Amino acid sequence: MSEMILEAEHLKKVFISGKKSFTAVDDVSFSLQRGHCLGIVGESGSGKSTIARMITHLLDMTEGKVILKGKDITNVRGKELRQTYREMQMVFQMPMESFDPRHTLGDGIGESLRNIGMSRGATKKKVEELLVRCGLTPEFAERYPYQVSGGQCQRAAIARALAVEPSILICDEATSALDVTVQKQVLELLFELKEQEKLSLLLICHDLALVQAFCDEVLVLCQGKVVEQGAPDDIINHPQEEYTKKLVDSVL
Amino acid sequence: MSGEKRLTVREQKIKKNHLKGKLLFFLMLAVLLLFMAIFAQYICPYDPYEQNLIMAQKPPSLAHPLGTDRYGRDMLSRIIIGSTTSIFATLLLVAIITILGTGIGTVCGWNGGRRDTVLMRISDLFLAFPGLVFALAVAGVLGGGVHNAIIALAVISWPKYARLARGLTLAQKNAPYLMAARLAGSSTPKLLAKHILPNIAGPILVTSVLDIGTMMMELAGLSFLGLGVKPPMAEWGSMINEGRSMLQVSPWMVLAPGAAIFVTVMVFNLLGDTLRDYMDPKQRNSYCSHVC
Repeated sequence: MSEMILEAEHLKKVFISGKKSFTAVDDVSFSLQRGHCLGIVGESGSGKSTIARMITHLLDMTEGKVILKGKDITNVRGKELRQTYREMQMVFQMPMESFDPRHTLGDGIGESLRNIGMSRGATKKKVEELLVRCGLTPEFAERYPYQVSGGQCQRAAIARALAVEPSILICDEATSALDVTVQKQVLELLFELKEQEKLSLLLICHDLALVQAFCDEVLVLCQGKVVEQGAPDDIINHPQEEYTKKLVDSVL
Repeated sequence: MSGEKRLTVREQKIKKNHLKGKLLFFLMLAVLLLFMAIFAQYICPYDPYEQNLIMAQKPPSLAHPLGTDRYGRDMLSRIIIGSTTSIFATLLLVAIITILGTGIGTVCGWNGGRRDTVLMRISDLFLAFPGLVFALAVAGVLGGGVHNAIIALAVISWPKYARLARGLTLAQKNAPYLMAARLAGSSTPKLLAKHILPNIAGPILVTSVLDIGTMMMELAGLSFLGLGVKPPMAEWGSMINEGRSMLQVSPWMVLAPGAAIFVTVMVFNLLGDTLRDYMDPKQRNSYCSHVC
């Protein structure tokens, strides 16, 4: 039994607007082991991204508990929260928009390193290493986000996420905005890194084929609830729930 | 992009350098104006305060290139010495309201909540009031003088910037790059200073540079009413007001300070415009918009 990295217990998120309330995530629990890949699938609006944002505290959770490496991080704030970001990083859906248009990619990738007190020179060197590791050239550090393609930008985003050497990487539809060939390259990069660095991946996507190819475990989400959970092959080949069947059937 | 003319690499370089050249040109003009304001007393050909009634209301001549006013004072000297008051008071005022308004607006937009509501209602209150009337009241309470005129105008002018900055901050607030920056371990002050401010600075900067002209006129308005610059101190706005009644007999008394304001406002407006284009990296080298 390998080490448990991330545990989420009974996550719940209720959005309130005026008198109406909407439950986006309802009682979702899962756990992630070191070096494993957990996939969360579901259609748009099923609460996948909300889960990612709750774990990373970009969104406050209504109920639930998040445990990172045995430490309860549900209510951490300020400095302590910034400490947890050294363990947990995220790659966003829109690569271009996840970089500040006024900073170069190098600045964006090095930001976390500068924040933990690394010197300018050392950061520059590390950024170049990261870029090379993610299949780009060091020159990309000088470019602005709108000067590179979506795939290149997403590679830079992965480089940024890896800068602090986290143990968990959350990919929130990281490949959805990319075309098919680039998608494959980016995924292969992610899984190469997973193998090399013993990185745990939380892969949020709506593509079942992708989950089947890469994930160790999968969680099927429907309207904020977990409808099925297990090994991807089992779920895709023998879906138990009506919703999962629908998802499997809708794959072209 | 269809319909848009494709630029060759060479043309792009020219365009980029052109912008840089334009910026340098206007910056130079602005610096020139500032130099005039700083060294005014050394440049003046005559004593701007010396009255000589024999020479009163003389039209432009070689000895007095911009004529003389009704007390026989040399207009050129008065305009040069007036630039100190006009330019520095205006710049100071614009700097105060820009910094104050942007600070309040950004924090309001970022934090939201009760503080935001209270501060924004206060700014609504100021916006609902006729500006100059309110400034008159403030200046009336504080008494005359340039400093009080600046305070009075600052009190009524900051809400415009607060509103603008708040709106711009709200538009940026949920941008993915801010989430990414937060995940990179940036604290809130860092987020505001490194990411929000640079991204909202463009429109605010242009507004404040455009406001230089308005503020110059409002300061002049207060001077006219005896609540700003007091005679015999030279200030462009009050000089226009002094010459107003003589417009038909000696138009140079209005035209000369008017032209000074026109040129100054123009230079700062064009500088602001060019600066905005230059600051926006998308405008600076926009080859992506041609490639994509």
